[in-house]
Amino acid sequence: MSYLPYIVAAWLFVVGLYGIVTSRNLIHLAVCLTVTQSSTYVLLLAIGYKHRATAPIFYGVPVGSRAVDPVVQALTLTDVVVSVTVVALILALTVDIHRDAKTVDPDEIEAFRG
Amino acid sequence: MNRRARIAVFAVAAAGLTALLVASVIELPAFGHYQGAYGNQLNREAVAERHTTNVVTATVFDYRGFDTLGEEFILFAAVVGVTLLLRRHKDSEDHQEVLRKADDDRVRSDAIRVVGLLAMPALFLLGLWLVAFGLVTPGGGFQGGVLLAGSLFVVFLAAGFRPYAHLTPAHWADFAEGSGAAYLHNFLGSGTRGTLESDGSMTLLNWATAVEVTAAMVLLFSEFLESYVLPSVRPLP
Repeated sequence: MSYLPYIVAAWLFVVGLYGIVTSRNLIHLAVCLTVTQSSTYVLLLAIGYKHRATAPIFYGVPVGSRAVDPVVQALTLTDVVVSVTVVALILALTVDIHRDAKTVDPDEIEAFRG
Repeated sequence: MNRRARIAVFAVAAAGLTALLVASVIELPAFGHYQGAYGNQLNREAVAERHTTNVVTATVFDYRGFDTLGEEFILFAAVVGVTLLLRRHKDSEDHQEVLRKADDDRVRSDAIRVVGLLAMPALFLLGLWLVAFGLVTPGGGFQGGVLLAGSLFVVFLAAGFRPYAHLTPAHWADFAEGSGAAYLHNFLGSGTRGTLESDGSMTLLNWATAVEVTAAMVLLFSEFLESYVLPSVRPLP
């Protein structure tokens, strides 16, 4: 009976949020967001894990062997892709903000103009 | 809101959130005691039903293919967004013209050039292999596509961006990015288990995804690289 992986996921989530809230650099903020999103990978994979089970790939392993859940692994794959696209968008916005405001510190950006 | 007030508000919210997270986590089945019926069902049925040995890929491209369609459109929308944002200030001047006039930034270190030259084909092959065998062994269109795009950028890393920027098949990638997001029903039926053509239309979807992801990554990276090395085509407002 262990809940350690779930606690790790919760800790990653909160620590990433802390980084986002206290960030003084939009690039740092994007990295903190990936930390927050990593917590969802840990949570999903931890939920699907079974003791003494293989990966859900039955190549050289007989069908019916004890294997971990493929659905949460597929969800994690989706999650990674979404995470990458979100970070790319934030970094593009950062480039844009730096060009207009000459700073990447969220506190120094006075107002967002259209 | 000033910084101190914001952190104070966050501290209260984070304490509440942590309490809720811990409360929900201890209600979950203990680690290693998974109880999901759906995953177990897929593990039992997928190899016989879909003739794939990689059940994760079967889930992504067949059982939950509709979710992957949504995911592809998220990727597509994000790439369109990044492209629009970074091209917003682009001059009307011809792009290739500026690239040609720009300073030479060829990489002069022999070590980097040799390592890049050796790494590029190896990465490219590894990417193709990951895509091709994605339904049999670990891998798939997403993982392989990222590696394929990465192998193209090793060229820029090892040889300089400006002299080879025309290699970025941006127009091809624009097109592939759109067409890769097309999805089909599993119409081909199942082939022989454990071989490359074993999975009907999943093979096609796998390759379509690989094309889509490769194109998306190529577009993303080249847009960022261009806005970095070509400040002259983006005059400040």
